Amino acid sequence: MTQGLDQIFVTFQHWAVAHSPAILQRAVSIVLPVVGLLILFPSLFAITTVLERKGLARMQNRYGPNRVGPYGWLQPLADAVKSLTKEDIVPRKADKLVHFLAPVLLVTVVFLEYAVVPVGRNMVLADMDSGVLFFFAAGAATEMSVFMAGWSSRNKYSLLGAMRAVAQMISYEAPLILSSIAVVMAAGSLSTVTIVERQAGYSGIWPHWYVLTPWGLAGFVLFTIAMTAESNRSPFDLPEGESEIIAGYFTEYSGFKFALFFLGEYLEMFAVSGMAVTLFLGGWAAPFSFLTWIPSWIWFMGKVMALIAGFIWVRGTLPRLRMDQLMNFAWKFMLPMTLMVIFSAGLWRFLPSGVARWLICAAPIALLYVVLGRVLQSERKIEKRVYRYAE
Amino acid sequence: MTVEMAEDRMAEAVGGPDGGQLLEISMGPHHPSTHGVFRMNVELEGEQVVKLKPVFGYLHRNHEKIAESASYLAAIPYTDRLDYMCSMTNNWAYTLSVEKLAGIAVPERAEYVRVIVAELTRLQNHASLVGFLMQDMGASGTPLMYAFREREKILDIFEQLSGARMMCNYMRFGGVRVDPSPEWLAEVKALVERFPRFLDEFEALLRENEILMSRTQGVGVLPRELAVNAGATGPLLRGSGVDYDIRKVDRYGIYERFEFRVPLGEHGDVYDRYMMRVLEMRESVKILEQALKGIPEGPVMDPKARLRGLRPKAGEAYGRIESPKGELGFYLISNGTTEPYRYRVRPPSMINLTVLEDMCLGRIVADIVVTLGSVDIVLGEVDR
Amino acid sequence: MLGEGILKGLAETARNFFGSYWGKERLTTVQFPEERLPQAEAARVFPFLVYDTDDWEKGLRCVACKICEVECPPKCISIEKSTEKKPDYVGKPQFFPAIFDIDVSVCMSCQICVEVCPFEAIKMDTVFELSTDDRFGGLHWDKERLAKPNSYYHKIHPTESAAVDADLAEKKAKAEAAHSAAAAKAAATAATAARTGSVEMGAQEKEAKAHS
Repeated sequence: MTQGLDQIFVTFQHWAVAHSPAILQRAVSIVLPVVGLLILFPSLFAITTVLERKGLARMQNRYGPNRVGPYGWLQPLADAVKSLTKEDIVPRKADKLVHFLAPVLLVTVVFLEYAVVPVGRNMVLADMDSGVLFFFAAGAATEMSVFMAGWSSRNKYSLLGAMRAVAQMISYEAPLILSSIAVVMAAGSLSTVTIVERQAGYSGIWPHWYVLTPWGLAGFVLFTIAMTAESNRSPFDLPEGESEIIAGYFTEYSGFKFALFFLGEYLEMFAVSGMAVTLFLGGWAAPFSFLTWIPSWIWFMGKVMALIAGFIWVRGTLPRLRMDQLMNFAWKFMLPMTLMVIFSAGLWRFLPSGVARWLICAAPIALLYVVLGRVLQSERKIEKRVYRYAE
Repeated sequence: MTVEMAEDRMAEAVGGPDGGQLLEISMGPHHPSTHGVFRMNVELEGEQVVKLKPVFGYLHRNHEKIAESASYLAAIPYTDRLDYMCSMTNNWAYTLSVEKLAGIAVPERAEYVRVIVAELTRLQNHASLVGFLMQDMGASGTPLMYAFREREKILDIFEQLSGARMMCNYMRFGGVRVDPSPEWLAEVKALVERFPRFLDEFEALLRENEILMSRTQGVGVLPRELAVNAGATGPLLRGSGVDYDIRKVDRYGIYERFEFRVPLGEHGDVYDRYMMRVLEMRESVKILEQALKGIPEGPVMDPKARLRGLRPKAGEAYGRIESPKGELGFYLISNGTTEPYRYRVRPPSMINLTVLEDMCLGRIVADIVVTLGSVDIVLGEVDR
Repeated sequence: MLGEGILKGLAETARNFFGSYWGKERLTTVQFPEERLPQAEAARVFPFLVYDTDDWEKGLRCVACKICEVECPPKCISIEKSTEKKPDYVGKPQFFPAIFDIDVSVCMSCQICVEVCPFEAIKMDTVFELSTDDRFGGLHWDKERLAKPNSYYHKIHPTESAAVDADLAEKKAKAEAAHSAAAAKAAATAATAARTGSVEMGAQEKEAKAHS
């Protein structure tokens, strides 16, 4: 029964293929999962917008939206109607083709990223041998659309925002990819399906997730920080620094194109969270061996939602980093840490299992963390100050 | 920024000294973080600030001219609207000047009440300013909401006393308008007892936050000599290490009866100014506790004082107080009639703004916003 | 340790998040049109004229002395005195305002008119939901719109109105005492005049002249 629930979508796909005419069977077997993804993740986007607004509101001692629908849950419908009916203003001297293509490119490339994320057992759109590589290649293409947007708007604020955004995203690509390399080393394959399968076993009740190893934990933390920077979320949202340059690279967008940018950003957030779940948190595997009766896709979505809740939490708390501090953080802190994570992952592989292995692999990471922390603090000269009073 | 303005600005990219092009942008007057209708013409080289000229006057309302054509009493509600966050202290500065000019004495109880409302004003102003500083830095409004939660309580207290939350119109020449009831004093006492806990909570959210510290330490440094020469006052001056608090220097009202300390900063950067305000809030709480304990019974206004038709003898007077923003002064010249001959406001925000360029040169755009937030301007005062 | 402050900040936000479901202290929003916070008693919005009996024209306390018009800072009050008189609350004939207009869009709610009125005739109202779509006359109120009964004043400002009523009652008692003393004196003088046969004008007649 649980096996049936777990594979319900796969069964549905086989049924649909079997019942369609022979000439269309291949097309149906490809189009159906695509349609499924196209429905799933945008609805997740709609839910996330409400969740974010209500979550932030509760942190700020107020209600979020609560007028549209029960407790405000139909707010995305109102937002959709609003963005579709707004006038689409394009600056007179803007480069019209590029201006139009930028959001389109963003959304298209982001949807490509979903092809390699395994949403459940046997539920991946394209089981490529180099899934992780494909994912990061597509992720890099999103940066281009950001720059296209800023450049084509012919607006100084947009240009500033676009340049900042590109610098930020390129800097954070390095820690992002390097921390995933440790996982690839441990799993021995670039295929996302293989990576999840390696983490799907249990020793006792404990899962084999990579986040439960010292290098995996550090790698996961670094990956999530880089993830936040890649999606331009707070505290790394200087490119869309609301209080300084209004909206950065999408200042000149209105109406549906703005909604597309918004959609693209959130979808990227989900995709990259999905990849984090796949690489470190065991993909669709249950956390304890006695919980495997719950379907795999529910576990996957639950983990992604937990990461999103984390994003929202961090957004509500932290002020944003300034540009040079952001870059310092990427190059001087995260890059050395990711290199140490790779080293530690290598150690892990060749040591016999046990508590000793845990301690030996955790030690270099912790040491480097402390050393870098000291070095950076002394360099930036931030200190705890004591104030005197006049006599 | 309209389309035409954007194009014009692009065309105006000025040639820089080394042949590179300077980018000239105008931040404001419509801007989420310039604390009002305020504009800054900034010339950037890359992202570094080369020149910064503040442009203000968008909120000029002829306050001084109006006060010169209305009676002394009628100017009091207009002073509420100068620094619209701190109406009580504005009232006090003005009534202090007129009392100096006309030689009117103030009863004891009124002096205590004045101190209480002035320190409450200081508390709510500093709390909301620190909230806004965080908002400008992108903390998406969370500390702002906490600060406003406390500010609302203080504004409710003002409403119970004077009838209005912000435009209180509470002080009169020779005292205050309404005698506070014992229930009101009890409410103030309850607020003052709860306030240190809020201060601790607020500080915990942000004081040890590395992002905050790295964004504010070393940013917007104001050297001591420049601060003194430019006439900066208030937390701006004290953050640069100059010991000048008008409550201690002039000892106006009955401040010499209270024990409180004046915090001083070392580096003169944004972080120091932020900490000045937080420490001043703690000192204000101390003053409030002492005032509430020592307030005597008695009238709050001389029963024989005339409300209307004040006609001071010819002469001039300058009365100043330590408002939350700095030294707020009123210079009055009387020629023996019911209207002042000359009425001049010394606005602390505007005079503090004159050093903005020096603080921002060589920094990047993101720092401008943070520095402006720490100067603490209110456009009603800058433009009058 | 690097990152410690950030973790503390996160803990603080989480505490507020969960606390907002727990108690009212961390959820301070009032859903305005459905819930309202009680207004303080001293709240002031725009002025209104008080009238004593049920008749808003005859009971109006205002005697058109024009002090409030002179003292009003933005000069939003315009008054025109009437040509006849009507009796006030002690019975003495007084002028009354033929026109009493307040331009509420100019009024800045400073309450100076209330403070300077010697006759307790103008007080501050507490109603603030006054939007209108009539650009030209909607916020320019005349005497009829401004006049509200003393019972309404009691409802919105109970302690203040009790003090005002006590004050007015005292004034009325004093006026009546003075009046009866004067009447007794006049009767005594008239009796003396009748006895001595002089034709000098009696005090009562003098008073009647003075009042007209």
